Amino acid sequence: MTDERDERAPDGHPAEQPREPSREQPRDALRDRDGGALTAGDVADAARLVGFALQPKLLPARDAEYAELVRRHREDPGFARTADAVAAGLGLIVLEVSPRAGMAVAAAEDSVFAVRMGDYARRAASDAGDRFLHGLAHLAAAALAFPRPEDLADDGYIGRITVNGVDAFVRQACRRLEERAEEAGEVTDPASDTPGLEAAWRVYSRRSATGATKDARRLAGSTTGIIGKAVAFLVDSGFLQRTGDEAGGTYRTTARYQLQVRDMAGSAAMAELLELGVVPVADGTASLLPAASDDGLDLVPDAGLPFHTAT
Amino acid sequence: MSVAPPNVWGVTTTVPYPLPGAARPAPGPAADEGLARRLKALACTAPLHDLDARKANLAGEYSVYAMAEVALAAIDLVTLNMDFDTGADHDQIVARLLPRVAAQTPTRSHAEHERVARWVLENLINVGSADRGFRAVYGTFGPDGAYVRRDYDFKLIEEVPGPGGSVYLRATDEAVNVLVGALDTDVTSAQIAAEVKLEVLISRGRLADAQLAAEQARYRTVQYAETLRRTLEATRRNVRAVDWLQQVPDLIAEALDHVADRYRHENAILTNIRKARDEAEEPEHKRRAAELVDIVKDCIRRHTQLQSRLLEAGPLFRAEQDRQAFATPPARAGLDLYGQLVAPLLPLPVERAVRVTDAFFARGTGLRTPGAVRVTDLVDLLLTPPLERDHLGAEMPEPDLVATPDDSRFSDEQLEAALDLLDLPHDAPRRLSGLLAQARRTDPDLPYLVALLALHAASPPVGTAVRQGEPQLLFAVDDGTALDDPEFGGADLVLGTARLAAHPAARQERTP
Repeated sequence: MTDERDERAPDGHPAEQPREPSREQPRDALRDRDGGALTAGDVADAARLVGFALQPKLLPARDAEYAELVRRHREDPGFARTADAVAAGLGLIVLEVSPRAGMAVAAAEDSVFAVRMGDYARRAASDAGDRFLHGLAHLAAAALAFPRPEDLADDGYIGRITVNGVDAFVRQACRRLEERAEEAGEVTDPASDTPGLEAAWRVYSRRSATGATKDARRLAGSTTGIIGKAVAFLVDSGFLQRTGDEAGGTYRTTARYQLQVRDMAGSAAMAELLELGVVPVADGTASLLPAASDDGLDLVPDAGLPFHTAT
Repeated sequence: MSVAPPNVWGVTTTVPYPLPGAARPAPGPAADEGLARRLKALACTAPLHDLDARKANLAGEYSVYAMAEVALAAIDLVTLNMDFDTGADHDQIVARLLPRVAAQTPTRSHAEHERVARWVLENLINVGSADRGFRAVYGTFGPDGAYVRRDYDFKLIEEVPGPGGSVYLRATDEAVNVLVGALDTDVTSAQIAAEVKLEVLISRGRLADAQLAAEQARYRTVQYAETLRRTLEATRRNVRAVDWLQQVPDLIAEALDHVADRYRHENAILTNIRKARDEAEEPEHKRRAAELVDIVKDCIRRHTQLQSRLLEAGPLFRAEQDRQAFATPPARAGLDLYGQLVAPLLPLPVERAVRVTDAFFARGTGLRTPGAVRVTDLVDLLLTPPLERDHLGAEMPEPDLVATPDDSRFSDEQLEAALDLLDLPHDAPRRLSGLLAQARRTDPDLPYLVALLALHAASPPVGTAVRQGEPQLLFAVDDGTALDDPEFGGADLVLGTARLAAHPAARQERTP
């Protein structure tokens, strides 16, 4: 993490343009840091910064002009307010402006930049099961990228995920639920005419993990196919970087992803969950705890290691 | 089924069947559950029957093939080829199925046999469905007496990702249960039972039954290995979930004990069967025993594989623990994505869970800048001819081959001469000084080679020579005499040839 002062662009061309000396201004007018009114040129710079923000794979470290605009945003409150106003007008929410993430923006719900599930996956529009699986793939990728609360809170943390790893981890959780249901003697098979009442884990576990296709590509409908699509999409969003091909593709997280998950997606999903009447325990520690020591460790078919949630 | 006479038919249908409230159609939930279990078991066999029912629909004359037989053989093959890490290879299974398919219709073409094998395998995977699985509907009575139809989803052969993006096949538990039957028991005890049975059978010389039991034992071994594979996979995923102070070491120790125990057990069986194989008079018995040896060897191989996995687990835990324990303490409390979102979400009905995933998706996927298309660009784009792809790739440059110079210090002839010189009779050892002088007379370079070989003989690889069955070995002994030579210094070694006894345990016979 470098200090933004070291990121000063050598030419610094958009920053220091001659401005008119301070005059009588209306109280609410946007001013630069010297109290001068902002010109049309400043607004153009602010818009240019937002333009950079819309190229999520671009980082200030790679572009001198971007770095200079980010620096100006942090040092010049008037410019910062102008840039934020431009972003807000376009339907964008500014998450952070920093040399490490650049100007990280998220699309507001009704913005033209928002991604809609129907555009993302065609089958998801008609099939509730597919819609859930695509959403879960994104949630699970984030959960594996930031496995502990500390990881999500720590700005310096870089998560690493693989496509097969995400699938295996969700499958394991599903298997655990299946075992628990079996122990409790519950019938988990859903009634035939009410597919919406099928337990979520069951939808995942009955979808096959992979499948052979004629052209040796990943089977799109399989869970690894769905997760592969999700991570590829996140790469295009500048949230993940591909690092290798092992285990279905390996990826590392970017600062933007952490911001997006922490400040936007996590809380939104949490709010929705609370609205459903599910109140997860939130004491800041990991919820996956070691089992009690007197727990039996008999190896029965299909047993995973004892996972015990705090709830 | 006979058709009922019309007069009776009229009478019986006019009277509605009375259903008294006390007498429920099913005696109770327990009996109903048993019925459901049997219905599910029955459903697992349905895809096999279905194959024979649908073979008539295939283009071509395929009704001569016994498809259920091929399918069972396929499940058999997949189960036996399931390795610890991956699974069975798709093409390999097809290839191994071919002899059986070909035996059914020897006159038909190889292509047709392959087509049948592939068709069966694809249908066992159920390639056409979105889940690549099967669904059967069965009915049960709820606690309130209401009749509910339920979906039972199952797979027979599932596709799992292998290393390098490849796809492997695994037989599911349902398939193994259909195949071997009544495996709904504790793996460990079932295995012990099978082994005891095996030993008894062998001791009584009933090899046919012994083979059956051994094969069953191997199915259980496979299943057991699978269980442990999943266990280890789970530990790798999340260290925090695991108490590696007590439980995991205990678990590993238990599993290692188990492996050691089985290993001992199976080695004992192996010795017994080998004896049975060697002593058997009848060729049929001999063949059976030989097959049995292979099966037990395979069991031992699987145990060894399991053991190496278990040994890797400890270091893996410690590495993961280090990574997480020595991180800086958190500056602020973060959201526990798994514990607070994924875990509470999965048990919900999908129609409610989808609201949470939708909320995450809407805000967690990032943004897309909508494309603005100009008609002129579009026209250009559409009129551009597609890039022609070169199927053969770039031309390979002609490799420039240069003969590497022979940089050996000594020629083959020199080596031969030196070895001739050192080929001493076993009862007449010689001093190095004499050998060097003799070598110098033939070739001025030869003494170096002789000296090197003599030094090498100072610590001869006796064990290797014995194992390789060599009759004799050159050795060198330092008796304290200094070497008097114009070119070399050091000890004037005594060189001699030792004859090696045939048995490694016997003491080597050495010349004085």
